[in-house]
Amino acid sequence: MKLLLTGNEAIARGAYEAGCTVAAAYPGTPSTEILENIATYKEIYAEWSPNEKVAVEVASGASIAGARALTAMKHVGLNVAADPLFTMAYEGVNGGLVIVTADDPGMHSSQNEQDNRYYAPHAKVLLLEPADSQECKDYTKMAFALSEEFDTPVLLRVTTRICHSKSLVELGEREEVGVKEYCKDVRKYAMTPAHAKVRHVLVEEKLNRLREYSDHSPLNKIEWGEKKRGIITSGISYQYAREVFGAKASYLKLGLTYPLPEKVIKEFAQAVEQVFVIEENDPYLETYVKSLGIECQGKELIPICGELNPGIIRQAFFPEEAKEKSDIITDLKIPSRPPVLCAGCPHRGLFYALSKLKDIVVSGDIGCYTLGLMPPLSVTDTVICMGASISAGMGFEKAFEQGAVEKKVFSCIGDSTFFHSGITGLINAVYNQSKLKIIIMDNRITAMTGHQENPGTGKTLQGEDAPIIDIERIVRAVGVKEENIRVVDPYHLAETEVAVQEAYLAEEPFVIITKRPCALIREVRRARSGFSCSIDEEKCKKCKACLRIGCPALALKGERVFIDPEMCNGCGLCQQVCKFKAIKKVGEEND
Amino acid sequence: MTKALLLVGVGGQGTILASKILSEGLVEQGYDVKMSEIHGMAQRGGSVTTQIKFGKKVFSPIIGLAEADVMVAFEKAEAVRCLPYLKEEGVLVVNDHEIYPLPVLTGKEEYPTNVLEYLQKKVKQCKVLKANHIAAELGNTKAQNIVLLGAVIKSLGLEELAWVDILKKHLPPKLHELNIKALEVGLNL
Repeated sequence: MKLLLTGNEAIARGAYEAGCTVAAAYPGTPSTEILENIATYKEIYAEWSPNEKVAVEVASGASIAGARALTAMKHVGLNVAADPLFTMAYEGVNGGLVIVTADDPGMHSSQNEQDNRYYAPHAKVLLLEPADSQECKDYTKMAFALSEEFDTPVLLRVTTRICHSKSLVELGEREEVGVKEYCKDVRKYAMTPAHAKVRHVLVEEKLNRLREYSDHSPLNKIEWGEKKRGIITSGISYQYAREVFGAKASYLKLGLTYPLPEKVIKEFAQAVEQVFVIEENDPYLETYVKSLGIECQGKELIPICGELNPGIIRQAFFPEEAKEKSDIITDLKIPSRPPVLCAGCPHRGLFYALSKLKDIVVSGDIGCYTLGLMPPLSVTDTVICMGASISAGMGFEKAFEQGAVEKKVFSCIGDSTFFHSGITGLINAVYNQSKLKIIIMDNRITAMTGHQENPGTGKTLQGEDAPIIDIERIVRAVGVKEENIRVVDPYHLAETEVAVQEAYLAEEPFVIITKRPCALIREVRRARSGFSCSIDEEKCKKCKACLRIGCPALALKGERVFIDPEMCNGCGLCQQVCKFKAIKKVGEEND
Repeated sequence: MTKALLLVGVGGQGTILASKILSEGLVEQGYDVKMSEIHGMAQRGGSVTTQIKFGKKVFSPIIGLAEADVMVAFEKAEAVRCLPYLKEEGVLVVNDHEIYPLPVLTGKEEYPTNVLEYLQKKVKQCKVLKANHIAAELGNTKAQNIVLLGAVIKSLGLEELAWVDILKKHLPPKLHELNIKALEVGLNL
């Protein structure tokens, strides 16, 4: 049976068919749906781990214990998990270990554009790059087999277009491989210096065998067409190149991209007149091809920055043809449509309260609340990576102290991000006696990536009940004093403003937990569906103060403000900022 | 020959459901199909696009400038934004519906008043529908995506397929009646 599947669905299917029994991940676009789909197979234990390092370690332990294990993350997640990756290359596996890295060329939903293919030579592990959903499934299965055959973790590298594009996939049956026997072997699985010295030599020997294999692997294949141009490519770039050149070029399509197949590349280069390397982002393949002494063109033609597409390739190779193509030019100015915090978003009340303070710096983090930097709220100053709000805020505070700058520092972090890597920053703030004002924005879900459970939600990935890890108790346990902790409802502006003011004046680490579930959670939507706010035209003075909260349910039409009752969930923030009592709540909360 | 179909709109308008139903129908018709959509940050009230390509064999899942044979715009400013992706002789199906982005809501930018006239002038084959209005008359504005789906199926000449069965697979039973009606209206526009 053939089904139309996304790359992520196909990877999940591949893990299932390969007999995978343990899977762990932390959500991150574009990788999230891999584990969400794996979780639907009851034969596999699947979990949301608090972060990627934990996920890779769970999968590593499972592999050593004998299970076929998979872990998946977005590209920056592998930075978090790099530590176990590098050492697992030395330890090798028992059950196959597959680590999926989902890169985001074009940064559709990421803070950088790193090319994670470089992790493979750096960590000395095998690298596979599928080019469509069928290959996602096939390569995942192959990755488990190769992992066991060569005693190494396998990195499966996909990109946003592979993850989120659908194409046809032929389904197969699950192969029950069970869980292999575990035999204690400290020389292999306990990486002390003495053991590691021996293992490193074995890793290098293994790489030599893998180089040999790469030259014979069916994953690296030549498709002959005209021999004037020979194109070396991999992943989605192969599809783009095929679309542009058709039969007017020959292709070396690389599926196993570390170690690269030296002999195959040399043979291919000799058989064609001119060699081109077409790849997205960094010159990973090109650098290797050039290191073999082969003359080729790559990044002179194809940009390093941004997502690749057939149009860019066409422009590079056939500029005349490309010019003819873009013939409809739009000369009507239309408004931009930036992403916004949703109507009824509980983060809005807090950001509005912060927007009233002038001499502060707000160290932000990764999540929906990154949007706190957008106008009209424009609160957030910095965003680096998961968890950095608290630790970078600490650095801000210390630098300001050293430079005698009179500014207070607030750190804003979400619940899931706090569990991910905010806790250590909080420990640092207490241990090193800062005056940091930390706001943990607990909306009871991992919202940005599409509502995944986390340690605070009381549910697991596979829908089981779980203990709720109480953020307030963590904060207390870490040593923040009772009198410096506030738990507030961000829908109540006065209460939130008081807490923010107290934090502002505090001389010790101060934590505010804003607690209110995300407005998009199904149960919340249902409960509030009968609720909305509306404007009393007689009382409205048209001062537009309500527009400063940046709610998409409020619209200025001419001089009048309207509230869209469909979009509004009656959170009441606009009502609380109106000095003329011109906004009233209508409707009632449903059960 | 592959055909390229672009669905554009604003997060929350149901473009994804419409494209799922459409691409399943295309698979049943025996085509090789690729469909690409991006989730993530931009979904929060931002512009969304879904790209569908079908034919004997499809390579790239994405549609470049001046490559779309058919474009369906669930929101009219989005039609303008994505117009460079439509072929000169391409078909545009546009929903006469406005969703104001935040800069317009707060009075920082303006929403142009002549969008439809502009589109009709630029695109020879431009079909304007009041899908929200039609769906509201049928009982729920949310079915506007299925009205538009019907219109697209018609412009692709694929009316013969068992669309109702596919539709039923993707919706809970209580929404069947409304959406089947919406599809029928769309198919006859």
